[in-house]
Amino acid sequence: MAKPKETVTRTLMVALVLSIVFSVVVSTAAVLLRPAQIQNQNLDIKTNILAAAGMLEPGASVDDIEETFARFDVQLVDLDTGEYVEPSAVGVQDPMKYDMYKAASDPEMSTNIPAKEDKAGIKRRPDVAKIYTLRDNGELTRVVLPVHGYGLWSTLYGFVSLEGDLNTIEGLGFYAHAETPGLGGEVDNPRWKQQWVGKELYNEDKSEPQIRLVKGGVSSDASDREHKVDALSGATLTSRGVEQLVNYWMGDRGFAPFLQKLRQGEV
Amino acid sequence: MAGASAKQVLFEPIFSNNPIALQILGICSALAVTTSLSVTVVMCLAVIAVTAFSNLAVSLVRTQIPGSIRIIVQMTIIASLVIVVDQILKAYAYEISKQLSVFVGLIITNCIVMGRAEGFAMNNTPWLSFLDGIGNGLGYSVMLLFVAFFRELIGAGSLFGFTLLPTVNEGGWYVPNGLLLLPPSAFFIIGLAIWGLRAWKPEQVEEPDFKMSRHKVKEAF
Repeated sequence: MAKPKETVTRTLMVALVLSIVFSVVVSTAAVLLRPAQIQNQNLDIKTNILAAAGMLEPGASVDDIEETFARFDVQLVDLDTGEYVEPSAVGVQDPMKYDMYKAASDPEMSTNIPAKEDKAGIKRRPDVAKIYTLRDNGELTRVVLPVHGYGLWSTLYGFVSLEGDLNTIEGLGFYAHAETPGLGGEVDNPRWKQQWVGKELYNEDKSEPQIRLVKGGVSSDASDREHKVDALSGATLTSRGVEQLVNYWMGDRGFAPFLQKLRQGEV
Repeated sequence: MAGASAKQVLFEPIFSNNPIALQILGICSALAVTTSLSVTVVMCLAVIAVTAFSNLAVSLVRTQIPGSIRIIVQMTIIASLVIVVDQILKAYAYEISKQLSVFVGLIITNCIVMGRAEGFAMNNTPWLSFLDGIGNGLGYSVMLLFVAFFRELIGAGSLFGFTLLPTVNEGGWYVPNGLLLLPPSAFFIIGLAIWGLRAWKPEQVEEPDFKMSRHKVKEAF
């Protein structure tokens, strides 16, 4: 090995040049590919909304998805009052542009959750949420609500879709999480998600959501089986996270006030 | 391996010097991404691209790299390439990149990439290094595809997502073996594959590390 390679100045020079060259390479790739990635993400969210609502045909093309999704009304809801708000109130023109997860980190647009109420482990909750409703001939048939909460390693982001009675679950799905593939990652398993279909959030008095993830499966004669879902094997903490986040978001601090008003036809 | 021919460099790692079977490198991702063939294929392509181009890049600057920081320089090159691959996957193969999740990022820590950069590219010309990268990527891929073939077929009754053995859950007759979908099963398949490979090519069998000496002490019973 040649001697001059080893001086301190040279080492620093090589390190500097390499860092610059590779930062340029990485940032160029990131910038050039960004539009395609954002498009993918948006499409992925729409696909997941449709999937949660049970309206995704297998093998649907991009156009099919856009077309079906266009039937949904995108609306913004104030979580405390349970009433619709105008997009201009959160500083956007098109409700689709509102990012409730970004708002959750803005102190002006979100509320701190006291630790003992923070079942979903999200620390801050946006004041305004983005929801998707579908009406057939003026009658409400689907409400798709965004939910998120902490599992084992990561925050899970997903949607819960309710039928027109605002109690029966039409479907649930997560579009972003980093749980262990094969264990907690099984929240994406279609067969597991299928179990949620037809489960009921509330009991008669419609106050607290009652969803429970239980070990060992739900037999057909179990008590409260309409609220119970089989937990994921080998993923106790992810299962607990899912249970808590669904109950949090469907509870008083989440969408319950809105669902209450919607049920009584006040909004 | 000075003076190795291009052909040797390209094809040796596939069976004679397989990175997984002989060098026992890159086992982590071999367990993690082999539950379905289509995901495995994308992972293999990503690893081939990263090993080939990192070998090329390291080899191009090998005379300039000061010995004291060579590992970190290789890491920088590899990490940058992996980020680029990850970005490309997110832009053009979004669904699969979601399934591969963290494992694309973990190519950075795949010992094959680092091992080839340090062990081969630092001492060889760019073209040979590039071929060596492809060859080792292929060796890794052959092994992964082999594992994924059995895991998907026996674990889920399908290949590339097409059902071959209709499972009971979908109204067929095949009761899938769930063990094959869990990571430990890859250990069994890799172990069997190594056994097969060494039966075919006995020169790969290692010398035993030590020999048990004969039992000489009389036991008390």
